[in-house]
Amino acid sequence: MNWDLFPQFLATGLLTGGIYSLIALGLVLIYKSSRVFNFAQGHMLMVGAFVTWWFTDEFGWNVWLAFAAAIGVAVVMGLLIERLALRALIGQPILATIMMTLGLSQILQGGTIIGFGAMQRSLPQMFPLQPIILGDVRLKMNLVMAFGIAMLGFLLFVLFFRYTRWGLAMRAAAEDHQLARSVGLRVPRIFGLAWAIASVVATVGGVLLASISGVELNLSIVALKAFPAVLFGGLESIPGAIIGGLTVGLIENLVGGMPADPTIRSLHLAEVAPYVFMLIVLWFRPDGLFGLKRIERI
Amino acid sequence: MAIRLAGDFDTSYAHDMAIVRNRGQWVMTIVFIIALFAAPFFLNGDVLGLLNLIGISIIAVIGLNILLGYTGQISLGQAAFMCVGSYTAAVLVKAGISFWFALPISGLTAGLVGLLFGIPSLRIKGFYLAMATLSAQMIIPWFFRNVRTDIFGGMPGLKLPPPELAGIVFNTQEELYFPIMLTVVVCVITAKNIARTRLGRALIAIRDNDLAAELLGIAQFSYKLRAFFLSAFYAGLAGALWAMYARSINPDQFSLGQSVWYLGMVVVGGMGSALGPILGSAFLRLLDEASVQLAPMLSKAFPQLEAGLLAAMGPILFGVFLMLFLVFEPRGLAHRWEMFKAAWRLRPFAH
Repeated sequence: MNWDLFPQFLATGLLTGGIYSLIALGLVLIYKSSRVFNFAQGHMLMVGAFVTWWFTDEFGWNVWLAFAAAIGVAVVMGLLIERLALRALIGQPILATIMMTLGLSQILQGGTIIGFGAMQRSLPQMFPLQPIILGDVRLKMNLVMAFGIAMLGFLLFVLFFRYTRWGLAMRAAAEDHQLARSVGLRVPRIFGLAWAIASVVATVGGVLLASISGVELNLSIVALKAFPAVLFGGLESIPGAIIGGLTVGLIENLVGGMPADPTIRSLHLAEVAPYVFMLIVLWFRPDGLFGLKRIERI
Repeated sequence: MAIRLAGDFDTSYAHDMAIVRNRGQWVMTIVFIIALFAAPFFLNGDVLGLLNLIGISIIAVIGLNILLGYTGQISLGQAAFMCVGSYTAAVLVKAGISFWFALPISGLTAGLVGLLFGIPSLRIKGFYLAMATLSAQMIIPWFFRNVRTDIFGGMPGLKLPPPELAGIVFNTQEELYFPIMLTVVVCVITAKNIARTRLGRALIAIRDNDLAAELLGIAQFSYKLRAFFLSAFYAGLAGALWAMYARSINPDQFSLGQSVWYLGMVVVGGMGSALGPILGSAFLRLLDEASVQLAPMLSKAFPQLEAGLLAAMGPILFGVFLMLFLVFEPRGLAHRWEMFKAAWRLRPFAH
């Protein structure tokens, strides 16, 4: 065990976990409002990263401007997806919505390859290269900034849900669709809003991940690590998404970095640690930390 | 319920239960079987290669249909269970065991691994189970990529020699066609009959209402595990045949994307029908093949895009068709076929 490196992996794990929790937030938002679990979240994230890259490459825009433009594209994409794909399936069994998002993920995958090519790209430098050094711990600047942006995003959403009219409407719709309709809320429009927000969140997460690892098709697989985070935190819980994301980031980095034995290191345990963790969660506490226990009657 | 012709009565219980019921159907069945096995003498290697691929998909999709269509459990791990079957077959063949003996063993091994990932179904269902099988999909290819690379060959995977039986070496697509199609026929018949037994009916009851099924005395856990075992068993057989077909296997062939395609085949074909997996596999495999064939033509029409990129049309077409089926025909091609047959028999009347 590399105990002397422990603080380093702890810090890196928490910082990476911040990005996972942002991705997890997108999943929770859609699930809470429309009871759809979005298996295409990873692909939406990949598309967001590619769109940002495209704006910088095609028009030579500043990376932050491209980021803002990509967020605009994400809003449209989210609304379109809800309207064209999910609206028709309201009230259908859960299997249909799962298959729909899986189909969507394949369309986004193919579309990205045709539109942007399958090659790995890199975004222009977004953050200074100089690491922050705290004692023995070196924190890469892009990780720290990504974590900061992720947490800022969280704060914004918490404020949005607490203090704005639309946020309140979304919480009402999440509670009960029928009741929300009977007090005059337009539930389908709220679903659209949830998808638009989730798509924006995915784009932010995608660009943050891409600023660390580059823009590539694999981003959609990396984003799958948000699934264990969501399950651990509990499907309906926004604080759960944060805790879940941080936990998954920690587990991944500690399992990947701590063993000193080269034969264990050669196993690349970090790749599967989140999924083994997910199996354990499903086995012992399928509702997660803050999820709602489902009680069924015939 | 299929509409029967006038005068077509059941005269005994056995007759009522028979799948092939009257003389006309017997003639059709025999003609079809003969045509199926005479095909290699008339078709060229490329077409047979495609048919072989469709056959392998059919077996995997039949397994998934038992789990998804009859039991209502979502599995995102069918490709991973195929991976287990493939590697079992490859390792056994490398150890000098005949492929024909390794084939059922691969099915069994995959089935046992399937049981392992089916255990969480005791407490979870719906999309939680999709998550459990998703973790299978992530863990199993990782296992073959990184653990015991001396046995499993790591990233580059394994290569294996063509199988042999009684002096015949199964090397070309023509020669592979017979064992693959024979397995497909056996699998289709078995799956059709599983659905009609106590087991199949219990699985359908669990799908329709699991709590009610439990109260009627169906031990949910045990039946769900049986469904998982069967599903992974078929996947294992398909995987072993894939190892024989591809002759070079590596963990990247069994990706999450593949599992999604198998799910799509079940949905497009029609969930919970014996015909569904056949129609669904054939439809989507042909669609994929068509997109590969059309890519060079399309790249002439859109010169700014490369032909290689246009091969990505496959996933797009898949996604679009999956969506169209989910919205407009959730019961799949099999249901359309039934409706067509009924309309044909009632012609010229509408009802």
